[in-house]
Amino acid sequence: MKKWILVHCLFVNVLNAGAQLYVTKTGFTGFYSKTPMEDIKAENNQVYAAVDLSKRTIAFSMLLKGFLFRKELMQEHFNENYVESDQYPRATFSGTFSGNIDRVGQQAVVIEVTGKISLHGVIKEFSTPATIEIHNGTLTGKSNFQLIPRDFNISIPSLVRDKIARQIDVVINITCKPLK
Amino acid sequence: MKNRSVHIINIIPPQKKSLLLTCTAVLCVSVSLRAQDTDLLKRLNDSMMATAKTVYVSGTFKGTRIINTQSVEMPAKQELLFSIMHRFGKINDGAYQFFGLDNATMRMGFEYGITDYITAGIGRSTFQKTFDGFLKVRLLRQTASGGHIPFSLTALGGLNHNTIKYTNKPYMNARYRTDYVTQLLIARKLTRNLSLQLSPTWLHYNLVPEHRDHNDVFVLAAGGRMKITRRSSINVDFCYIPPNQTPSVKVYHSLSAGFDIETGGHVFQVHVTNSQGMTEPLFMGRTTGSWGKGDIYFGFNIYRSFKLGKK
Repeated sequence: MKKWILVHCLFVNVLNAGAQLYVTKTGFTGFYSKTPMEDIKAENNQVYAAVDLSKRTIAFSMLLKGFLFRKELMQEHFNENYVESDQYPRATFSGTFSGNIDRVGQQAVVIEVTGKISLHGVIKEFSTPATIEIHNGTLTGKSNFQLIPRDFNISIPSLVRDKIARQIDVVINITCKPLK
Repeated sequence: MKNRSVHIINIIPPQKKSLLLTCTAVLCVSVSLRAQDTDLLKRLNDSMMATAKTVYVSGTFKGTRIINTQSVEMPAKQELLFSIMHRFGKINDGAYQFFGLDNATMRMGFEYGITDYITAGIGRSTFQKTFDGFLKVRLLRQTASGGHIPFSLTALGGLNHNTIKYTNKPYMNARYRTDYVTQLLIARKLTRNLSLQLSPTWLHYNLVPEHRDHNDVFVLAAGGRMKITRRSSINVDFCYIPPNQTPSVKVYHSLSAGFDIETGGHVFQVHVTNSQGMTEPLFMGRTTGSWGKGDIYFGFNIYRSFKLGKK
């Protein structure tokens, strides 16, 4: 009987572990290029993200056509000439995170996220600090980092070289609900 | 799930219960351990596929004109396009006229996106001091995914009004100076590099040279572009005018070939054509130049985009 309780507890634990999955379909990703010539910003509010606290895994997926620019022409050029979204429609990240998340229910916790970014047909190892926080059952994750277009085989013609920053600032902001 | 497992436990003899549960638990643990981060990504992508929205094809052409014929491309809402179009003289004018470069006609124009689906345009050509205006309405957009529309369809209506002063034609009133164009622009981006457009056109001239000339002229235009790099393409524009519509004047089919290059907010188009006019009633129905005789005009179009209003 004792064995039965023990095993059953284990089984229930496994099921509960599944409930530690937080997801969203309306996450935010923005990228910003600042040069003396021109400031460019593009924002995507339809980012899919999932965070599994028990397995300490995290994943993002977003459509590049979901990035909205102030100038539609710029948006068209971004899709047609830079990221070639007809061939590579999505940007994704999948990885793991480390950090002390035991107190995540009470305060914002700094974690280190490590994994692979896939963009424009290039897969790149990537690592960045981030924060996560759980408040009223909602997980909020935030991160800022920089990416270099050339790392992803995105070439910038010399004519517009001065208008596009060498390093692009990226902002991630997700608000996830537990998966039911 | 939990309830069912309890239910199964109650109907199985006790000695087998623990074995079964151990097996179940081990199975669950092993499944959860095997689940890697990539599975999480796969689940996200599957969920994204399941709720995919309609994605429209973009960049069928680089400019709002293939060369002379208007393309299905339109400025976005609150986007203003300023265009300068130039046609030099005929190449066969010879060295004295510097192969046509001494003589140029031009058209200056604005196109404005009232919405993403409606464009209003105005222009002024030096040829016969002509004003033109047009309205373009997007009816269908070719879909890339999440839809079944195989082509883009845009309707165009426009008019030409010339204001040149004639001392010998006192009858030239406003009505006689005006011509109309009605067009359907049907385009398909076949591959990421190749786009084709078919444009059935109805031209109406209020004044024709002779009684036997038709006031209503029908033209079928076909054009296309082939991208050669990410930012440049080769374009061809051909307007087939069925015979016997303007018997008093020898009119030719308008044929143009050119090269597009885009840089940031500019599109440059350079081309050679046998038409000097830059509005539909002129180049579609009144092309008098012949490629065979060397009546070839060198020309260019430049577009600059301005974004008005905030977003």
